[in-house]
Amino acid sequence: MKREPFFWITVSCGIVIMAFILLPLIQMMSAPSAGMLKETIQDKDVVRSIWLSIYTAGLAALISFVLGTPLAYLLARSAFKGKRLVESIIDLPIAIPHPVVGIAILSVAGKNHWIGQILSELGIRIMGSVTGIVTVLTFVGIPFYLNAAKAGFEGISPRLEKVSRSLGASMSSTFFRITFPLAWRSMLIGIIMCCARAISEFGAVVIVAYHPMIAPVMIYERFEAYGLKYSQPVAVWLVSISLLLFLILRILTLENRKET
Amino acid sequence: MITIRGLNIDLRDFHLRDVNLDVAENEFFILMGPTGAGKTVLLEAIAGLIPLMSGKIFIGEREITGLPPEKRGISIVYQDYALFPHLTVLENITYGLHFHRTDKTHIKKRLDRLLEVLNLFDLKQRFPVNLSGGEKQRVALARALMVEPKVLLLDEPLSALDPNFREEVRNALKGLHQSSTTTFLMVTHDFVEVLSLAGRAAVMNKGRIEQTGHVKEIFEKPVSPFVADFVGMKNLFEASFHETYAVVSGLKIEIGRIVDPSSRYLAVRPEDIIISREKFSSSMRNSYSGIITQINNQGFYYEIAVIVKNVSFKGLITKGALIELGLEEGIPVYVSFKASAVHVF
Repeated sequence: MKREPFFWITVSCGIVIMAFILLPLIQMMSAPSAGMLKETIQDKDVVRSIWLSIYTAGLAALISFVLGTPLAYLLARSAFKGKRLVESIIDLPIAIPHPVVGIAILSVAGKNHWIGQILSELGIRIMGSVTGIVTVLTFVGIPFYLNAAKAGFEGISPRLEKVSRSLGASMSSTFFRITFPLAWRSMLIGIIMCCARAISEFGAVVIVAYHPMIAPVMIYERFEAYGLKYSQPVAVWLVSISLLLFLILRILTLENRKET
Repeated sequence: MITIRGLNIDLRDFHLRDVNLDVAENEFFILMGPTGAGKTVLLEAIAGLIPLMSGKIFIGEREITGLPPEKRGISIVYQDYALFPHLTVLENITYGLHFHRTDKTHIKKRLDRLLEVLNLFDLKQRFPVNLSGGEKQRVALARALMVEPKVLLLDEPLSALDPNFREEVRNALKGLHQSSTTTFLMVTHDFVEVLSLAGRAAVMNKGRIEQTGHVKEIFEKPVSPFVADFVGMKNLFEASFHETYAVVSGLKIEIGRIVDPSSRYLAVRPEDIIISREKFSSSMRNSYSGIITQINNQGFYYEIAVIVKNVSFKGLITKGALIELGLEEGIPVYVSFKASAVHVF
């Protein structure tokens, strides 16, 4: 069968895009020698910054999960005036340039703002602290969790919940017995996406907290100070460990899907 | 049993207006009406799943208007079954027991009886995804009845099923109703279901109840043109009324009784119309000659349209009668019906 030209256009565009994404990554991943990689991972500063990146991103995802789940459920289940506005506000962090996010957070966390004053009275520091990093990562990551969880809730027929209520279950029993078991996979995907977004953040974090140094800031610093060759091994380790973590999470969810 | 007074609901797409309804204890009551009439909204309002704008709902003597759904003792079965996909058949059926304290031997007895009546014993460990439509609906019924509700609401429970399953589930429904004290309130479009299951019924249109009464009464004496049209009154005409006869576009039709002069419509059911080649010699007070304009095959029956002066009558005959009488479009025939078959409203 002879294919139409349109088919070949779609295939070639696909190949170009795959190459565009993969070539630089493969080049970067394969550039450092094994010796350099080994030397880098023995550097305590590197390990510390990668660990900081991972656990701040994890914390941001956890906060998004706890605070975001009720809102995602509300948005999926109810129609109210201003719902579109709320949804647009949720998407704002995706659209704002990253350094602007950092500046915006500092402007409420500073001493000139009442929130900043309350925080400093409570002994909470945003500027140059782990708290600050987690704050920034939650800000940029939470839209991804909210949207994924909301889509998950929307995929569950409200009738299942209605039947559950009519059979005697309260709203909260219905959520934990029906809604959550059916939506947790979407919620987990939301957590992974939120985490991935948080690990990759640089622009906003560098404004709020240059130190303690998360991995992307360290990569940037090494690039600025010593050049490409010195920054590549850290990048390789960050990308590899992140990919491995996401892969494990995905496999766990797929295995559970088979059970049900 | 169910008493609804002055119920009004405003949702974005649906409105219910001044709905009043009385359903007796252990009755099998049917709600009919076209799509968008608000039947499902009314069911969900009774179950407490939709907020009311005004009005009151009682179950027995007890007002339930402000109660949350889980405190009402009302189960609901939907057309699309709404089985919990992550639970087995058995877990689905016993779901409601988590929230009801009942004696264990009583539960066991009831469960066994439902599994038996609905023929679900062999399916207990399956997940809903592995069930046929009829099986799913039987599970949904068992789940709804397991908690011994005072009222069972059924939202077109048979309409998504194949004809074979439909009859099977319909019979199951009938048996379950007869052997329980639960009041059944069911929404349907299907007149076979109405005639075979219900005692009384109501017809809804545009958020209002147009007519309530015994099924026979609704089919035979519709109170409005809408109800007449909905329950299948094909021969529906605007008429003027004089003593014991009416005039439809110059055609005089005997009614045989004096009717309210403010009436505006008359109707004759197609099955009450006799079509013949010769003038029908009997007690039929209305007999007219006309021409066949159309013959429509409707499965078991043929619908024959006959024009008399300017009035088009529709009658139903069997295929056998069609061939025997040699009916074709364009041939002259007689249209006859009894005065008592004429409905006036």
